[in-house]
Amino acid sequence: MPVINADLRVTANDLIAEETWTLRFHSPELAAQLRPGQFLNILTSANVDPLLRRPYSISNVVGDECEIMYSLVGKGTHALSQKIPGDTIGVLGPLGNTFGYEKSFGTAIIIAGGIGVAPFPFLTRELQQREIPLITFLGARNSARVVSRGLANLHVATDDGSEGFHGNVIAALSAYLDDHRVENPMIFACGPNPMLKAAQAFALDRGIACELSLESEMACGIGICQGCPVERHQGERKFALVCTEGPCFDSNDILFQEQQHA
Amino acid sequence: MNTTFTLGTMHLKNRVLVASGTFGYGNEAAPYTDLSRLGGIVTKSVSWLPRQGNAPTRIAETTAGMLNSIGLANVGIDAFISDKLPFLRALETSIIVNIAASSIDEYVDVMERLESEEGIQGYEINVSCPNVKEGGLNFGTRCDMTESITRELRKRTSRTLIIKLTPNVTHIGDFARACEAEGADAVSLINTLVGMAVNIHTRRPVLSTITGGLSGPAIKPVALAKVFEVHKAVSIPIIGIGGITTWQDAIEFLLVGASAIQVGTASFRDPDAAAKIAAGMEEYCAAHGVSDIQELVGGLRIPEGVAAPGFVKTR
Repeated sequence: MPVINADLRVTANDLIAEETWTLRFHSPELAAQLRPGQFLNILTSANVDPLLRRPYSISNVVGDECEIMYSLVGKGTHALSQKIPGDTIGVLGPLGNTFGYEKSFGTAIIIAGGIGVAPFPFLTRELQQREIPLITFLGARNSARVVSRGLANLHVATDDGSEGFHGNVIAALSAYLDDHRVENPMIFACGPNPMLKAAQAFALDRGIACELSLESEMACGIGICQGCPVERHQGERKFALVCTEGPCFDSNDILFQEQQHA
Repeated sequence: MNTTFTLGTMHLKNRVLVASGTFGYGNEAAPYTDLSRLGGIVTKSVSWLPRQGNAPTRIAETTAGMLNSIGLANVGIDAFISDKLPFLRALETSIIVNIAASSIDEYVDVMERLESEEGIQGYEINVSCPNVKEGGLNFGTRCDMTESITRELRKRTSRTLIIKLTPNVTHIGDFARACEAEGADAVSLINTLVGMAVNIHTRRPVLSTITGGLSGPAIKPVALAKVFEVHKAVSIPIIGIGGITTWQDAIEFLLVGASAIQVGTASFRDPDAAAKIAAGMEEYCAAHGVSDIQELVGGLRIPEGVAAPGFVKTR
């Protein structure tokens, strides 16, 4: 399959929750080859400020259109939010590995925190097509930021208690597992590093297989800038690159340093 | 139209190279560009032993630029020769291996290992990395060290020898002169400028190493002035580097005195950027009746009676 490095046409760009958007663009080539967990490196402007592309998880594929989800953070996402149908964005991809949805497990436990929900509508669809049971735990700051579209069997946790479980998403999962029997589970988690670190510790403690989808500062997305290292737990090499060796990692392979969740 | 360029014993098909550390070992970008359209590839720095590089955070975007502190992460000389060189050697473009080291002996050892390998046309010597504790900038900011390294390496190779200079000095022309005197075939400049970014929410430096190297369009005016300064100081060719993102940028560098250019950070935005720049330069020459791109080198028109700035020492 050919890699894509092209200006592609935006078909939709919608505010779907507080400061949270989905953007769709037309690309039959990418739609045909993207898989859950992969990402795209997107350039919003021909101007050199912002200079660099931004990595976005692919959140879904609908027909010939691909969708990303983003929250307003800085000038890159602000520029993205200004796009209207007919505008173009520079898209490089597909990039990175996929979630391990082909591994052997009974039930998928999805853990999403904040905009870390982005890759899960696509994964949910894949799991449903494979008839794999799934439970989703979604953490958000408050009710206004809950993005439930494309998810299934959803349990919400909010920091302020305005919807669902009052507290963090790992505590919500822990409470659930105390009351329910889940056969041969596997965790798929994406969110801020403190949440991923908690998911990692929880999975280790409960003996549950766990994959983490990591975010990192990134320039090129293709392994040439060496700008997105994540520390490895063991092995000859100290670091792995999020862009080419991830973004999905076995949680046992990753070491979270204090600095990474500052 | 002639776009070729002979630099020492190396024949480049055009004036556009990709800069060290911004293009890996060629294989990573291969799916996204036609490598045969490049004048040459300057590899990621190679040191004697593998280097793991610095802890995250390694990069930070700044206004029209970026800071990096990679820390010369590289596979080491053995893995470079066994795993990376076979791919590079098969390409229809010139291969320049960038060498980093923390002692003169290490530079010599790495070069001597590479001398027995086919498919390498030249070396670029990194005496100017701002992000490692030993070597790097310590060499590049001392004229006597730059001189010694050039002398020791020149003795040991007939391949093209390029010394990559740092802008983090008072008179870059003095360093270029030292390289020329010791037999370097060319100097390349500029490496990154030392810079810094701060997170006001955590009140911490953004980069794990506090400071890093600034690159991208933000540094282009500085790079042009440094190339201009060095062009007045030496007669060996200059390879211009610093924020080149478009073919127009590249032409500017030729006019102030660069014989060739390197595309760096722009490749992170678009892995096809260097090939596009090469094509754009050819179109410019065709449109302006330039039959040999060499006509542009140093072709800056300074109005009569305007003197060069005081810090520029003419040879």
